[in-house]
Amino acid sequence: MTAVDEPATTPAASSAALLRLLVPAGSYAGRSHALLIRSATASRRAWLAFVSGFSEPVFYLFAMGQGLGSMVGTLPGPDGAPISYAAFIAPGLLAASAMNGAVFDSTFNVFFKLKYGRIYDAMLATPLGPVDIALGEIGWALIRGGLYALGFLAVMGGFGLLVSPWALLALPAALLVAFAFAAVGMAATSYMRSWQDFDLVTLVVLPMFLFSTTFYPLSVYPRWLQIVVECLPLYHAVELMRGLTTGAVHAGMLGHLAYFVVMTAVGLVVAARRLDALLLR
Amino acid sequence: MSAPDLVARSTGRAPGAVRGVLLVVEHAWVWYRRNWRATVVSSVLQPLLFLLAFGIGFGSLVQGGAGTAAATGGVGYLVWLAPALLAVSAVQTAAFESSYPVLSGFKWQRHYHGMTAGPVSPAQVALGHLAWVAIKTAGSGAVYIGVIAVFGGVESAGIVVSLFAAVLTGVAMAAPVTAFSATLESEGAAFSVLFRFVVIPMTLFSGTFFPVDRLPDWVQPVAWVSPLWHGTEVARAAALDRWQPLAALGHIAYLLVLVVLGAALAARLYTRRLQP
Repeated sequence: MTAVDEPATTPAASSAALLRLLVPAGSYAGRSHALLIRSATASRRAWLAFVSGFSEPVFYLFAMGQGLGSMVGTLPGPDGAPISYAAFIAPGLLAASAMNGAVFDSTFNVFFKLKYGRIYDAMLATPLGPVDIALGEIGWALIRGGLYALGFLAVMGGFGLLVSPWALLALPAALLVAFAFAAVGMAATSYMRSWQDFDLVTLVVLPMFLFSTTFYPLSVYPRWLQIVVECLPLYHAVELMRGLTTGAVHAGMLGHLAYFVVMTAVGLVVAARRLDALLLR
Repeated sequence: MSAPDLVARSTGRAPGAVRGVLLVVEHAWVWYRRNWRATVVSSVLQPLLFLLAFGIGFGSLVQGGAGTAAATGGVGYLVWLAPALLAVSAVQTAAFESSYPVLSGFKWQRHYHGMTAGPVSPAQVALGHLAWVAIKTAGSGAVYIGVIAVFGGVESAGIVVSLFAAVLTGVAMAAPVTAFSATLESEGAAFSVLFRFVVIPMTLFSGTFFPVDRLPDWVQPVAWVSPLWHGTEVARAAALDRWQPLAALGHIAYLLVLVVLGAALAARLYTRRLQP
């Protein structure tokens, strides 16, 4: 548990300091852990949903790695050395599941609790501010995402797809990716009016999942399309994971990291500014 | 416009068996005519994105490879994939349409109670729902065929037969799922479990993206029970003109059995729930 909690709370703690500077007084009481406890208690009976979230990328890895792999053979890895198709897509699926989980939690779940469950209304009647709620929700999404990532990494290990000690860093990297997507998802949710708007979420997430070199290398695209793909956040997440799990680590990967740090900061600032409008309507 | 157009007058007669079903279809159509835009993403764009990603992106990676030729029997990967994706999108549309909307008819919007307060019977509501799913998958399938034709994924007119196979597969999925949804009191985790443990594995293990024989032997029984595998076999046989009459009959028979059993079960469960 500590392996998961550690990276989950550290970025949250530093961002908390940032938020104290950015948000109106009274929005943040430093009690977001209360929401974590609430989420953990509420999820105790929903373990099946937990298991199902973990199993989805595993199904993909098993089916695609085995089935499509039989058509592809090997592919050039990040450092040019050939790797099996399963080793190629596994880090892509890890990155994609970090994205999917974070986006789902910070959009659909938050929107439901906000508009229909009226859960936040009850919380705001206690000494909790909107920012506590936002941080608590993001923190919970990260704990959940961290457990999924840990499980998926264990499965990769079982399939013999982790060949480098750098793979240990894939877990904190997955958490950073999830944090960035959760922050942006939260900011986006604050602009949503009805369920119809969620089609837009699908419209952003699904093409990213399919086209961000998750299933095949960038080289299949014409140059102009490569540039478009290189701008997408999931592409940077996939590159980061692929480098770490195959051990092809280089200094350029700091650029991918920087992408997510900036994305997190932008998402948090926008979300924090919109929170009063979102929760104290 | 004359007034009688606006006021529906009672004829004083209960609708016949077929007319009752059609009234339920009309209900869905009236809603859809106003709200179809919301469904464009899920029913048309989603299969299109999968087609672009796998048919064209992945396809260009494996084109000409010996492994691919052996898997597809020599045709291009896009042409091989297209009829299967037609069946996949039918199954996904059908599964979705038979989950939340059905529970909503019983629980949230309760329009099923409204319908059966009149002379429409619960069984007619169930059959009307399935008829609507068939119409909707046929419509989005037709659009999808138009799009894949533009990308060069259609080789023969047999794709029209593939559309019928896809619609049959969709209803074979919708019927049991509708029956299942009719038993639920609240969505809980039931629908996420349905999508993640039934629909997604079905999509991945039914020979859509690669032949089923590429999987270990112990996984293959998953394909045999999956309506999608049977539907894909027929849709692909039609599109590539590779008929094996006996096998095709077997696949179609399996799908028809699912439709009939599922519809009968759904009709029974609707009746039990709406006329306690």
